[in-house]
Amino acid sequence: MKILILGAGQVGSSAAYHLSREEANEVTVVDVRADVLRELQDRLDIRTVVGHAAYPDVLGRAGASDADIVVALTDSDETNMVACQVAYTAFHTPTKISRIRAAEYMNAKNLFTQDAIPIDVRISPEQLVCEHIEQLILYPGASQVLDFADGRVRLVGAKADRDGLLVGQRIATLKDHIPNTEARIAAIYRDGRAMLPDGDTIIQENDEVFFIADRKDIRVFISEMRRLEDPVRRVVIAGGGNIGVRLALALEQTNQVKIIERDPQQARRISEQLNKAIVLVGDAADEDLLLEENIDNADVFCALTNSEEANILSSMLAKRLGAHKVMALINRASYVDLVEAGSIDIAISPQQITIGSLLAHVRRGDVVKVHSLRRGAAEAIEAVAHGEKESSKVVGRAIEDIGLPKGSGIVALVRNDKVIIAHHDTVIESDDHVILFLTDRRKIEQIEKLFQVGVSFV
Amino acid sequence: MNWTAVQRILGLLLMMFSLTMLPPIIISAIFNEGSWLPFLEGFGLTLVAGVLIWLPVHKSRKDLRLRDGFLVVASFWTVLGTFGAAPLLLADSLSLSITDAIFESMSGLTTTGATVLTGLDDLPRSILYYRQQLQWFGGMGIIVLAVAVLPMLGVGGMQLYRAETPGPVKDTKLTPRITETAKALWYVYLAFTAACAASYMLAGMNWFDALCHSFSTVAIGGFSTHDASIGYFNSTTIDLVAIVFMFAAGINFSLHFFAWRYVSIKHYSQDPEFRGYTVILFSVAVLVILGLFQHQVYASPGDTVIKGLFQAVSIATTTGFTTADYSAWPAAVPVLLIFASFIGGSAGSTAGGIKVVRWLLIYKQGVREITRLVHPSAEIPVKLGSKAVGHRVVDAVWGFFSIYVVVFSAMMIAMMMAGLDQVTAFSAVAATLNNLGPGLGEVSSGFMTLSAAPKWIAIAGMLLGRLEIFTLLVLITPTFWRR
Repeated sequence: MKILILGAGQVGSSAAYHLSREEANEVTVVDVRADVLRELQDRLDIRTVVGHAAYPDVLGRAGASDADIVVALTDSDETNMVACQVAYTAFHTPTKISRIRAAEYMNAKNLFTQDAIPIDVRISPEQLVCEHIEQLILYPGASQVLDFADGRVRLVGAKADRDGLLVGQRIATLKDHIPNTEARIAAIYRDGRAMLPDGDTIIQENDEVFFIADRKDIRVFISEMRRLEDPVRRVVIAGGGNIGVRLALALEQTNQVKIIERDPQQARRISEQLNKAIVLVGDAADEDLLLEENIDNADVFCALTNSEEANILSSMLAKRLGAHKVMALINRASYVDLVEAGSIDIAISPQQITIGSLLAHVRRGDVVKVHSLRRGAAEAIEAVAHGEKESSKVVGRAIEDIGLPKGSGIVALVRNDKVIIAHHDTVIESDDHVILFLTDRRKIEQIEKLFQVGVSFV
Repeated sequence: MNWTAVQRILGLLLMMFSLTMLPPIIISAIFNEGSWLPFLEGFGLTLVAGVLIWLPVHKSRKDLRLRDGFLVVASFWTVLGTFGAAPLLLADSLSLSITDAIFESMSGLTTTGATVLTGLDDLPRSILYYRQQLQWFGGMGIIVLAVAVLPMLGVGGMQLYRAETPGPVKDTKLTPRITETAKALWYVYLAFTAACAASYMLAGMNWFDALCHSFSTVAIGGFSTHDASIGYFNSTTIDLVAIVFMFAAGINFSLHFFAWRYVSIKHYSQDPEFRGYTVILFSVAVLVILGLFQHQVYASPGDTVIKGLFQAVSIATTTGFTTADYSAWPAAVPVLLIFASFIGGSAGSTAGGIKVVRWLLIYKQGVREITRLVHPSAEIPVKLGSKAVGHRVVDAVWGFFSIYVVVFSAMMIAMMMAGLDQVTAFSAVAATLNNLGPGLGEVSSGFMTLSAAPKWIAIAGMLLGRLEIFTLLVLITPTFWRR
């Protein structure tokens, strides 16, 4: 597939990294900064073009005329929109994906149609990050919560500690613990390596366990892995930017929210937007302010400012002052590794979250959703099975008969709004949403092929 | 330094290279010469060496870093020159010393075309074919070939590609994937070779000569299957065919690629380097022809024009074919030709020399200095076509130029200390460092009369010239090895 990435920022670069690693893709990256591109081309097997991403001649030079997908990820929403428009009008690019930050554009009606601004997929990182944090707050104890089939099924990651009921036991005993529900452990990360478990695998302390379950059962399952935490009541947010305000708006009805913003004018603005949340003017790394506002009673402290260094330091401070759980917005992968071993409970990477949602749209076959786990080391995929037994490689077959590549497994199905936890003899029907787990991303092409319908099905 | 990755790739490349010793066996069978044994031995030797190097580390999956690329390319070319010499050393009909065998194989691989062999016309065809084939693989670069056919090189492929491809700007890829770029270049190269061989046959060569000469023409090598080079055929048509293909092979191959892909020739005329290249070749040819007329070297004007043109194109593109003994031409003409070889062909072609684009940039800087004297506060970027060239590139060109001068002087003095006269020493270094082939004085028809020491200097010169000095020189700097 020929992919054109506009903008070599954090998300653009890591999208290029992930996509160029797959053999079948030919990636071209466009940016105005020649030095950034040179550095990128040293590391990745891609082509780079220097120039303004929305100019027709630049897009032409970058090969827009035979590109399959244009992904617009520049800093400016306007550039992204114009670039997609140009790609559509001048080069007839079939798929156009764009990052749109401003909620004003996202909420506008009838704006993104073929005869107005022809963008097929719009990605709003702020919205994605905000939803991600909401999930984590909703399920305390989970390190990652991923939605499939419009939220009917959730894949949850949780770190096992010694208070978990299942820890030290065989997975097969899960049934005896919770008799009436079904769940499936999709994968276990132990010492940084992935393993696909079977019934005899014994869960150990510090394993990161990924399991899939119906949304109503998730809390029970988390309690199998670790001591169940109380539901979150008090949330302190540092940073009143886009993400902070969105999160505050989403949480203020159900939780007690405080939001700290340094700039008095910005604080004024957001206080007008929010109804119940308390807006505090001050520095999130100010010890006195945090103590004054009872940080020691906070269930969750989220550092969401633009500066990742400030996020790390203020959440470390909050943790030391007694906040129960701290999260920090961190982009750099190397920082994430540094802090997750230390005092910060959860590092949230907007880049990783955006990439996951981006990758889903670049996939072929009938892949509808892709989530990156463990910073891209693994992926969870939702794909729709189509066709008949003759034309499809999956429909009408029991799971054990499907030629799945090594390091991957089918964990659940969603059939007519019902969640079916996969067993080896479960037969897949047409229009099932199949949820797979992949510990080796290089196998992704084989999965895509599996879900492509043969020629006879038209 | 990533030793295991370097070792693994080196082993793979050697195994790949060993396959190139099989075609001469077929040639030997076709002509029923019975001279196949040295090639089979060479094949076995190279293959076993490759396997021995590769086997202990074949499971290593580390990526090549920038530095490793230099090491792989430099050591591979060195090793290649040595293993390529094996069949020549083992062949009874040649009875060459180690020095001579390595000289011949290195001269082939680096597309220099200087030879230590005499009596080519009587040698077995398989050996003649093997020499031509060495040039052909060396022309586009055997590492570029490896990048094209070995998919697992991946990102490391870019490092290798960059260390081998000539020219000041190496980041421009023809396609997003380096493998595809390398493939495209080889397709163009193959197409040119086929066209060249066909044209030679139509012009009257037999198929063996046509194939062999097409190899060395497109590679801008200069090896021939006859002592008298192209002059052996004594045919104006063949001369013209050779001129056309030498000229084409001296053009940046990415221009050929674009012409082929977009079916248009406008890329040529828009490229400033191509224009510079044409102007330079044309001027050199005119000067040579005028010189020949002035001294009335040839009786007929037709002879004068065709011989002048052929020698000018052949020497200025650093091919090194001859149809006349140009070193015996009068006055400034031989020196002019040798000087033209310093310019060489375009970047990204198979030609040697300093490359037209570097001279173009140096020239433009000179013009800029003059303009600055007149308008002291003017802001004048150095432009190629309509694009300003970054100062990093301009700096790199100056760096290359100064190193070239230093290396040239050092080698010339070393040659003179080894006992050569000044003209021979100068032209021998020019002929090897520019990958030209024939020189002046003692080396005008070959290097066979020299003693071992100057030959080894020449071998070093050919390698330095082919890898554009820096790739090799970087290895002897302490910074490279410092962790």
